[in-house]
Amino acid sequence: MKLREIAELLEAEVIWGEDLLDKEIKFAGGSDLMSDVLAFGKPGILLLTGLSNTQSVRTADIIEAKAIIYVRGKKPDKDGIELAKIKKIPMLSTKNMMFKTCGILYSHGLLGVSDI
Amino acid sequence: MGSSENEFLKRYEIESHDFSRAGNVSTQIKELLQEIGIDSSIIRRAAIATYEAEMNVVMYADKAELFLTVNPERIHIRIEDKGQGIKDIDLAMQEGFSTATHEMREMGFGAGMGLPNIKRNADKFNISSIPGKGTSVDIIFCLNETKQK
Repeated sequence: MKLREIAELLEAEVIWGEDLLDKEIKFAGGSDLMSDVLAFGKPGILLLTGLSNTQSVRTADIIEAKAIIYVRGKKPDKDGIELAKIKKIPMLSTKNMMFKTCGILYSHGLLGVSDI
Repeated sequence: MGSSENEFLKRYEIESHDFSRAGNVSTQIKELLQEIGIDSSIIRRAAIATYEAEMNVVMYADKAELFLTVNPERIHIRIEDKGQGIKDIDLAMQEGFSTATHEMREMGFGAGMGLPNIKRNADKFNISSIPGKGTSVDIIFCLNETKQK
């Protein structure tokens, strides 16, 4: 599924990376705990998180995430956006809560980390 | 950067309590290892382990030095911090054990996963600490063995 379709499904706002929405996404993982993301994340993951500080972007870069979607209407801070631009990691924000975000994406065929 | 024919050493400083820059050294090391042409799965494990170790310094220590040594056989990352140290290392190594503050948890860390995550990703891992003085961590990645984690 393309990131663009995901953005539409979640009615998400693109914070940065409008030019990168053709990226193909196969699986996603959701957590607000970056240590869990570091422990269980896999390259190519779509990171769903409610943690909106710079560490969410650092973590995404370290685990080679394809994009970040902030849930619960969270928006990254200025430092986080700057880092995402350098690392070319698209950032989106949806008003949906974590559970609903995961449910929508899973029901449309996106896999979980453990399915990969 | 010091270097010999088959090895180079680079030193980094990690500042404590600087949450906005936390992870900066890990990112630099990741990029350096990519330039050298290290296998991507090893880079990934090294980046995760270094990032967790860097967060530990930022959260708990006063300051630290990181020494990166790379030779054809291995990557050795040694972090020596000055700070409160760890009283009970066995306890600190347990998943879920943490002495983190609310601020640390708000950063997405401090859930007692850091040291176990480092150990899980490393090929060899050693930690020693003197309470009241500081902690040293050695993280080693072997370049000749194919280890999938």
